[in-house]
Amino acid sequence: MAHQVECQFSRDVSYKYRGGSWIIQGQSKRIQNKDGQLGTRSGAESGERRAEGYCAIQISQIMIQAVLVMNTQGKPRLAKFYDFRPPEKQQELIRSVFGVLSSRAENVSDFIEADSIFGPDTRLVYKHFATLYFVFVFDSSENELAMLDLIQVFVETLDKCFKNVCELDVVFNFNKMHTVLDEIIFGGQMLETSSTEVMKAVEEITKLEKASNTISLVPKSVSSWQAR
Amino acid sequence: MGSQGGWGQSKEFLDLVKSIGEARSKAEEDRIVMSEIENLKRRITEPDIPKRKMKEYIIRLVYVEMLGHDASFGYIHAVKMTHDDSLLLKRTGYLAVTLFLNENHDLIILIVNTIQKDLKSDNYLVVCAALTAVCKLINEETIPAVLPQVVELLGHPKEAVKRKAIMALHRFYQRAPSSVAHLISNFRKRLCDNDPGVMGATLCPLFDLIAADANSYKDLVVSFVSILKQVTERRLPKSYDYHQMPAPFIQIRLLKILALLGNGDKQASEHMYIVLGDMFRKCDLSSNIRNAVLYESICCVSSINCSTKLLESAAEVTSQFLKSDSHNLKYMGIDALGRLIKINPEIAEEHQLAVIDCLEDPDDTLKRKTFELLYKMTKSSNVEVIVDRMIDYMISINDNHYKTEISSRCIELAEQFAPSNQWFIQTMNKVFEHAGDLVNVKVAHNLMRLIPEGFGEDNEGADNQLRSSAVESYLRIIGEPKLPSLFLQVICWVLGEYGTADRKFSASYITGKLCDVAEAHPSDDIVKAYAVTAIMKIYAFEIAAGRKVELLPECQSLVDELSASHSTDLQQRAYELQAVLGLDARAVESIMPSDASCEDIEVDKSLSFLDGYVQEALVKGARPYIPESERSGMSNISNFRGQVHHDSSTHGLRFEAYELPKPSGASRIQPAPLAASKELVPVSEPTYPQEILQPASVSSVSETGPTEFKLRLDGIQKKWGRPTYSPTAPSTSNSNPQKTVNGAPQLVVQGAVSSQAHDVSYDSRKTKVEVSPEKQKLAASLFGGWSSKTEKRPTSTNHKTTRVHSAAVEKSQMPTAAVASTEQAAEKESPQQPPLNLLDLGDPTPGDSTASIDPFKQLEGLLGPSDVSSVGNSAVTASKSADIMSLYAESPISGLGGTVANMAPTNSINLTSGVSNAANRNVPVGSASTQVAPVKKGPNPQDSLEKHAVARQVGVTPSVTNPNLFRDLLG
Repeated sequence: MAHQVECQFSRDVSYKYRGGSWIIQGQSKRIQNKDGQLGTRSGAESGERRAEGYCAIQISQIMIQAVLVMNTQGKPRLAKFYDFRPPEKQQELIRSVFGVLSSRAENVSDFIEADSIFGPDTRLVYKHFATLYFVFVFDSSENELAMLDLIQVFVETLDKCFKNVCELDVVFNFNKMHTVLDEIIFGGQMLETSSTEVMKAVEEITKLEKASNTISLVPKSVSSWQAR
Repeated sequence: MGSQGGWGQSKEFLDLVKSIGEARSKAEEDRIVMSEIENLKRRITEPDIPKRKMKEYIIRLVYVEMLGHDASFGYIHAVKMTHDDSLLLKRTGYLAVTLFLNENHDLIILIVNTIQKDLKSDNYLVVCAALTAVCKLINEETIPAVLPQVVELLGHPKEAVKRKAIMALHRFYQRAPSSVAHLISNFRKRLCDNDPGVMGATLCPLFDLIAADANSYKDLVVSFVSILKQVTERRLPKSYDYHQMPAPFIQIRLLKILALLGNGDKQASEHMYIVLGDMFRKCDLSSNIRNAVLYESICCVSSINCSTKLLESAAEVTSQFLKSDSHNLKYMGIDALGRLIKINPEIAEEHQLAVIDCLEDPDDTLKRKTFELLYKMTKSSNVEVIVDRMIDYMISINDNHYKTEISSRCIELAEQFAPSNQWFIQTMNKVFEHAGDLVNVKVAHNLMRLIPEGFGEDNEGADNQLRSSAVESYLRIIGEPKLPSLFLQVICWVLGEYGTADRKFSASYITGKLCDVAEAHPSDDIVKAYAVTAIMKIYAFEIAAGRKVELLPECQSLVDELSASHSTDLQQRAYELQAVLGLDARAVESIMPSDASCEDIEVDKSLSFLDGYVQEALVKGARPYIPESERSGMSNISNFRGQVHHDSSTHGLRFEAYELPKPSGASRIQPAPLAASKELVPVSEPTYPQEILQPASVSSVSETGPTEFKLRLDGIQKKWGRPTYSPTAPSTSNSNPQKTVNGAPQLVVQGAVSSQAHDVSYDSRKTKVEVSPEKQKLAASLFGGWSSKTEKRPTSTNHKTTRVHSAAVEKSQMPTAAVASTEQAAEKESPQQPPLNLLDLGDPTPGDSTASIDPFKQLEGLLGPSDVSSVGNSAVTASKSADIMSLYAESPISGLGGTVANMAPTNSINLTSGVSNAANRNVPVGSASTQVAPVKKGPNPQDSLEKHAVARQVGVTPSVTNPNLFRDLLG
């Protein structure tokens, strides 16, 4: 029963966030269209906020340093840093990144040199889907175009996971987003780049979690998650 | 599985999210979150919370912390949750701790045990969750605790677990290389794992290892190449395909590794030629991931010791990137171009217009990348244009970080390639004015060194000209408001040194100006100090030249003000100024010699002027000084003592020095030779054994001695040296490289400009239609330098040109031979190769590698340039070889190989026909320029093709034929 209530809520919701203003109307802002063509850009760019303040962070060897998902109003929806940053620092970084993103025009490249935000030799790649920005921060040992595709993998998987993912899914199920992300990136390295495989893994986890929730005994290796 | 199925959150959480969403302001949002935190704090400590509820609370904590609020009160509960048996709760617990804690957090110790247990779990999902936590939470000290379990997992039946275990080991390697040093062979072993996913994961640690030490992995080159070949031939399972591309991410990683291995290693590079050639042959810009692989191939080509043919294909792909409409591709194209011009600078010529388009693009990222490219290709012929552009951009942005970077680049280029003194000074002025205090202090000091030293030409006249032009421009600029402090310091210093040097300006005029500066910046002590010292110098020069000096009234008041200043430095300077005024000409000249800022100040470290005094004391019976190093056997103790002493000195008072039971006569003498005890030639041998018995007293003296004396030396420096400058004075040799680079710049530029002018007029006639003359001019000034530069080669001293020239010669000879040989080699080699299989990649048989080397060498020797016919057939041979290769494949895709090979020629035919079309269209149209101009803005393929054609004409034509021809034609 509760299940249905939630469903209702998240599908038909139409509410506005006026002050800091995030605007979601129903399920209109879908991230993926039917034909698989990703990206319906929308969302008013809010006022310019310049990234200020530099942080001298020691160069880490991690290739992918952070994955951020935030909405077009700068609210974080997911923040995963592969090398530890204290929470205050994380907020500052998120704000700086949003400041840079919101000042970018449309139809420009998806790459930004981020050494003023994340320390020397870092870059970020972002993709703008409906009301969300997906941002990957990484160092120079990664290939920007490949990172762009990794974002694509991530979003495709989310879309399969939530069936036409929208911002609300992401808000309410951010722990599931973490699960998906953990299957794609592991300790700052690319782990899996096929959204089908990621989905398989996530479904497996879900199944076992459900099972462990009802029966406290974990059924051992019932997986079809066999080597391909 | 819908968005809520199985992940159901409670009503409360939904309400929380909803109310935060509806908050009208940040303050309201904060209030909601704070009350939520209070709520959670209360509830989470209640006894007997159902586990489900607890999980819910933890999720809410994570959410709250993501919004930037402190949730540390709940960390311990997250830790507890990892101990739970239920997978759902355990995973939630692990998720929360990996987000909350860092590897050095106190609570980690409570998790290590759980992780150890979970790594051994039967349920592979528990193992995976633990591995994820391992990556984040295990630090150097705790690695040994989990290492055995992780290593054991390398043999886990699940491929996913194996992969994660490898990556966890990689993480350990990154954290503490020594901890897994003994396991590195495991990575090599895993490279030949049956599962391609595991092999792919192994590439990450191998990349790091190879980056650290490429030489020990040269034996793997053949394996990597064959893996890459198999991947591109679609030998991997279908599930690795991404957007119809076989395992592109693995390809990219392999290419990165090959780039490292082939760097500066001809033999290793030769193994890669064929497979890299294949990469380019399959080139089409259809999908993003394909471009990513292509870009990586270009990077690889630019890093290895590449063949001419590969370079050509790389350049071809780069040009397609640049011609693309996508900003992303343009960005990659510019980056690739930057890499390729390191090998052959001529490649840039072709793309000049594309580069200029990128420079004018509204996209900041692209612009910056383009500036980076320009920075790399700056020469003395185009430095003016490039630096001007950079400065314009610098003025237009307000991102301080980048402003600093670009300003230092401007200055660097200006110093290296400045065509004239005037221009140099003006450029520096502009940079200082606009970048202000963002400029590195070192840069200012550099400038202060450069002006007295000049550009290194032998004639003093040029240097003087530089100085007087600097003085003039500074006098012009000095009155402007809001000059940055650093710039004012430079101005003051230069005016003080050279303001009156050429007698153009009177001393009183310049001192007046300097007083104005000091007055205008009442709060800036450094500027005031510079100003008053500059005034002192001017007066000193006047006195030394025997002229009468009148202290200006405003100057007097400045001196009065400063002598009462709170800053002792300013006070001292003011008093020094007054003292100098009272001296006679001879004395003044020796303390303030004119234009002597570059002279080395000789410090008599041995203090020889005290020798007489020491002799006298020795005669009177004082004991001679024994240097610290000579005191045998005492080095350890004295070191130790020195440390102790050092510590005590921080407390302020040094008691030991005063407690010496020494005759007063001896202690009076000793400080003098002690002062430089370390460098000193020993005054006498250690003939006094009793000295050793009292090391305490002696060493303590020797410790206090230098510090005391140093203080006094400082005083001396301040008095006679140029205060801030003196520390850098000895390193005069730093700017020597610049001098040689700058040989005869005037001449070269003249030549370049004249020939460029002709290029431009010639081209603009033909191609007015789509490219504005301005852009053309810009292009010519940026890139045209090449052709004219090579023309001028005999006169210019720049050895860069000669290098290029020889490269060009090589290029013209090489291609036929190289092309033929590689193709032939491919054909010859392929039958020898056993059918490659993922299973047996592991041992790279040495025989294989030698077999593939030899044909190269032999063929290169055999095939002369006469063997041109085979070049024409290269496409055929290529497709043939592809066919041969495909015979070996289990799943034959021979058709594909053939078509791909065929595609290359057709593509190029299309391209050339397009170009010729463009040319045809252009020639008759002379007056249609206005009509087409607006169209030009929107980039379409045709336009870019046309531009390409134009670019070819602009860049290439003059270098082929003599530009003088055009001069004749044009009259």
